[in-house]
Amino acid sequence: MSDTPIAEHSPKKRPLSPHLQVYKPQMTSVTSILHRLTGVALTVGLVMFTWWLVAASIGAEAYGVFTDFAGSNIGLLLMFSWTLALFYHFANGIRHLIWDSGKLFKIENAYAAGYFVFAVTALFTALTWYCILNKMGGL
Amino acid sequence: MNMKWDDHGIKSPLARAKGLGAAGSHAVDAWIKLRVTAIANAILLIWFIWFLSQVIGVSHAEFIERLADPRNAIAMILLVISTFTHAVLGCREIVEDYIHCEFFKISKLVGMYLFFFALATVCIFSILKIAFIAGV
Repeated sequence: MSDTPIAEHSPKKRPLSPHLQVYKPQMTSVTSILHRLTGVALTVGLVMFTWWLVAASIGAEAYGVFTDFAGSNIGLLLMFSWTLALFYHFANGIRHLIWDSGKLFKIENAYAAGYFVFAVTALFTALTWYCILNKMGGL
Repeated sequence: MNMKWDDHGIKSPLARAKGLGAAGSHAVDAWIKLRVTAIANAILLIWFIWFLSQVIGVSHAEFIERLADPRNAIAMILLVISTFTHAVLGCREIVEDYIHCEFFKISKLVGMYLFFFALATVCIFSILKIAFIAGV
């Protein structure tokens, strides 16, 4: 146990309980952290969502400024990231709701559902952007 | 001053511990609201994707016309209420988990609530303005 981290500044030099950095990433911890991360990212997205509605309510010129930004490289990159975050948060949120109902707690089930969440995220994001680019005449 | 946890009267240890967690005494209420808005968001997301598929790339006039449809305007207002409530509760959970200094925690929570409620109100006002002006 020589590499057990020790609380240097505490008066008794007690060993610290294992923290995030000593764990190997697991499906359960990674999906949980990503859930919070995507949640926060989507919250930031609400600012652009508000801009969208406000611009539309002001008039054609303001709406044009918004759509120009949304169609720019930065705008597209942001919206692609938010699409990814949204579908991940959606799929993993349903996984959480199933956990809340007391099911899927067996470790192999939790892992299978985790891979399923990643698959759904990738598939839905790809499908959405295929449709968007198709509609915009980009393909 | 006699604090709640100093009270060794007739109370059981559980009664003394209740409400002392990071989320205070409203944790159950917040937990339920987060789940209810999660379900609402999941349902409204399907509508939102459909709505976006209708309005991506259209002119301002056509966008206004689509959003002014009462069914779309109502769905959008529901989406705003549900999403912002979910966002503020989710952020609150994270703040309560990671910010341990009571002063910063409360400041962050108050700031967050003011910001999100202002944004949500702006969104709802914009939707109503579009619906009432373009919808008649």
